[in-house]
Amino acid sequence: MNGLQRGSIAVVGAAESDLGQVAPHTSPVDLMAQATLRALDECGLKVSDVDGIFSAATQVRTAPMTLAEYLRIKPKCFDGTQIGGSSFMSHLAHAQAAIQLGLCEVAVIAYGSTQRSVSRAAASPREFNPYESPYRPLLPISAYAMAASRHMHQYGTTREQLAEVAVAARKWALMNPKAWEKEPLTIEQVLNARMVSHPFTVRDCCLVVDGGGALILTSAARAKSLKQKPVYVLGVGEALSHATISNMPDLTITAAAQSGPKAFAMAKLKPSDVRMLSLYDAFTITPILFLEDLGYCPKGEGGRFVSGGTIAPGGKLPVNTSGGGLSYCHPGMYGLLVMIEAVRQVRGECGQRQVRNCDVALAHGNGGVLSSQCTVIFGSEAAL
Amino acid sequence: MIDLMQHSPLGTYYEHCKKGELAYQVCTDDNTPVFFPRAVAPHTGSRNLEWRISKGLGTVYATTVVYYRNEPPLNVALIDLDEGFRMMSRVEDIDPLQVKIGMRVKVRMHPGDDKLPPYPVFTAVEGAK
Repeated sequence: MNGLQRGSIAVVGAAESDLGQVAPHTSPVDLMAQATLRALDECGLKVSDVDGIFSAATQVRTAPMTLAEYLRIKPKCFDGTQIGGSSFMSHLAHAQAAIQLGLCEVAVIAYGSTQRSVSRAAASPREFNPYESPYRPLLPISAYAMAASRHMHQYGTTREQLAEVAVAARKWALMNPKAWEKEPLTIEQVLNARMVSHPFTVRDCCLVVDGGGALILTSAARAKSLKQKPVYVLGVGEALSHATISNMPDLTITAAAQSGPKAFAMAKLKPSDVRMLSLYDAFTITPILFLEDLGYCPKGEGGRFVSGGTIAPGGKLPVNTSGGGLSYCHPGMYGLLVMIEAVRQVRGECGQRQVRNCDVALAHGNGGVLSSQCTVIFGSEAAL
Repeated sequence: MIDLMQHSPLGTYYEHCKKGELAYQVCTDDNTPVFFPRAVAPHTGSRNLEWRISKGLGTVYATTVVYYRNEPPLNVALIDLDEGFRMMSRVEDIDPLQVKIGMRVKVRMHPGDDKLPPYPVFTAVEGAK
């Protein structure tokens, strides 16, 4: 028991900022504020109702402070945990604790990035590491590529199986009007694209676009009085295993193997109860690792599991129905958008790509170089 | 015990590199190899860290080839040293795509340049599997 209670809080607002390539001189905080207003509008709350701010961004070192200034909020509670792309799942867990304890009532989690406009090098400069930088890994890509090399060596996973992940994401993206990519993609196109860090071509790697998003959270009791259908937080789990890829104990096993079971235990659910998965797909290897570590297939079977369209539209397990970081949007730290799609699926507002009877959805975030792993399980009122 | 007013872990590592030595530490409380060098041993929290010199023999644990624009392909690998620690490096004198997991390798000190002190790289061990 960690003290967090299944269903104690709900997401009552979820929105993206403008995505893709925004106007010159747009700031990451402009995007956070835009998404926050859109998310507040969904539930009828105002900026003045927000008393908790949770935020992290590579371009804004003091994100909660900067957003509070922008919106002129004096938050009672704030958290700027920065663990890469999964920061926002971690924020959600911390917001749940804060709301349960009465430290705040209405929390916003916000993110923004202009990495396409200003370049990745400018948006996310890397720290010099004397034990890695001399070898010039193309980080983070080369770290994930080495994890893929290990998975291929140990389990016979193939480049074609990795490509299946990108192709499935593209099929979903074609059903999402907000997705960046608009054209179909084949396995051959993935394999024959420009090689970036073997075994990954550019099509095994996430998009580099501008964007952001926001979630509004409040207690389950207050959520009932608001106009948006509440999506309850049933379970959360957080785990860290390392910071640099040289120090990851086993490149084929991620800390999702700890965060997942924690979230399932809190939710009193098992993997087969989940109707839809939103898995952080920075690279094609990551959904394969997370399907294994979250209990959807045995260790080593992920490549074979995704083959033949298992996670694509019409397959038996819908994964990344937005089109994911590979084809919909990846503004640097993608975890917030991973949760937005899961929330929308539970609400039932995904139109053509809606998963039927989606009362339970799982959002899994990854940060750094497979370093931080955080899992959130969302449910409808029926799932409570 | 490391006195950070006198020596830093990285500074000592660099001194060994300049002498052509790949140095690592051992926590003498539980005899565990430690790399990257630290002021305090991980897990045990012990201050009892001793410097050792690696024999420089190891095995490729993971590998990739980076394709920077307008440059030849570049190997980046994780090497498991026989003494029981892992480090990032690269395997030289071989087509980067021919660097395979499980390959036996031996350390060689790269001289560095005006920006970087000498740093360890690896070459394939002749005749080894």
